[in-house]
Amino acid sequence: MSLELSCRKVGDVAVVDLTGRITLGEEASKFREAIRVLVAQGERKLLLNLAQVSYLDSSGLGELVSAYTTLRSQGGELKLLHLGRRIRDILQITKLCTVFEVYEDEAEAVRSFYTR
Amino acid sequence: MTPRDQTDAAESVFELESTLESVDLAEQIAVRAAAEAGLDDDQQYEIGMAVRESVINAVVHGNRYNRNKKVRLTVRMRPGELVVRVADEGEGFDPSQVPDPLASENLLSQSGRGLLLIRAFTDEFTVRRLVPQGTEVVLVKRVREPSPPRSEEAEREG
Repeated sequence: MSLELSCRKVGDVAVVDLTGRITLGEEASKFREAIRVLVAQGERKLLLNLAQVSYLDSSGLGELVSAYTTLRSQGGELKLLHLGRRIRDILQITKLCTVFEVYEDEAEAVRSFYTR
Repeated sequence: MTPRDQTDAAESVFELESTLESVDLAEQIAVRAAAEAGLDDDQQYEIGMAVRESVINAVVHGNRYNRNKKVRLTVRMRPGELVVRVADEGEGFDPSQVPDPLASENLLSQSGRGLLLIRAFTDEFTVRRLVPQGTEVVLVKRVREPSPPRSEEAEREG
């Protein structure tokens, strides 16, 4: 049920590997705090690897959007990697697929931060 | 904290506290009932999500975490469908007044997508105001029909 996060650097890109659910309560708080710390540390290129995220509710979606707007307001970017079918469906239902850049290949996703 | 389970042959009623723990509990109850009703994995997930979002609304927006107010979850299995009711003791709300989360000006809102997900993941969704106070939502999820037979053209092509 809980959410686990770990971060690794690929060049200037902070790749955040997430495992579990991003839902109202402890999980959403944990996600929000992790993003806050990364931004405070100066990270401006964030790639969220959602391959192991099985579930997003409306609160989790709100946290993704909040992270996206936080990065944007700081001159940074946040992109998504490896969406499962249910996560992809949720982004389509909510039209957030038109907001986020989504990648299936990590190397391609990392390169995208360097091309305009 | 412990739900009151008044089970008869087809209906269970749970009285839940106005806490975040009730959200997870309600989702688990709905998924379990959906499995018993014969809904497939995707449908169990969908009704679980719809119930989860309904109970979030009841706890957060309806009862506003008031420990003196309860959320009543009623799960009823009928042939071919699952009917779930979620009732709170709040001031009530008008779903038509909720901003459209798909409107371009709202796409980056942090909240406001719960009703959209509920509608997307149920076959029927109704909201009614309770007397003297409160809101009840009714969610219906039907067992999915088997895949349609192959078309005549596909049959001919063998």
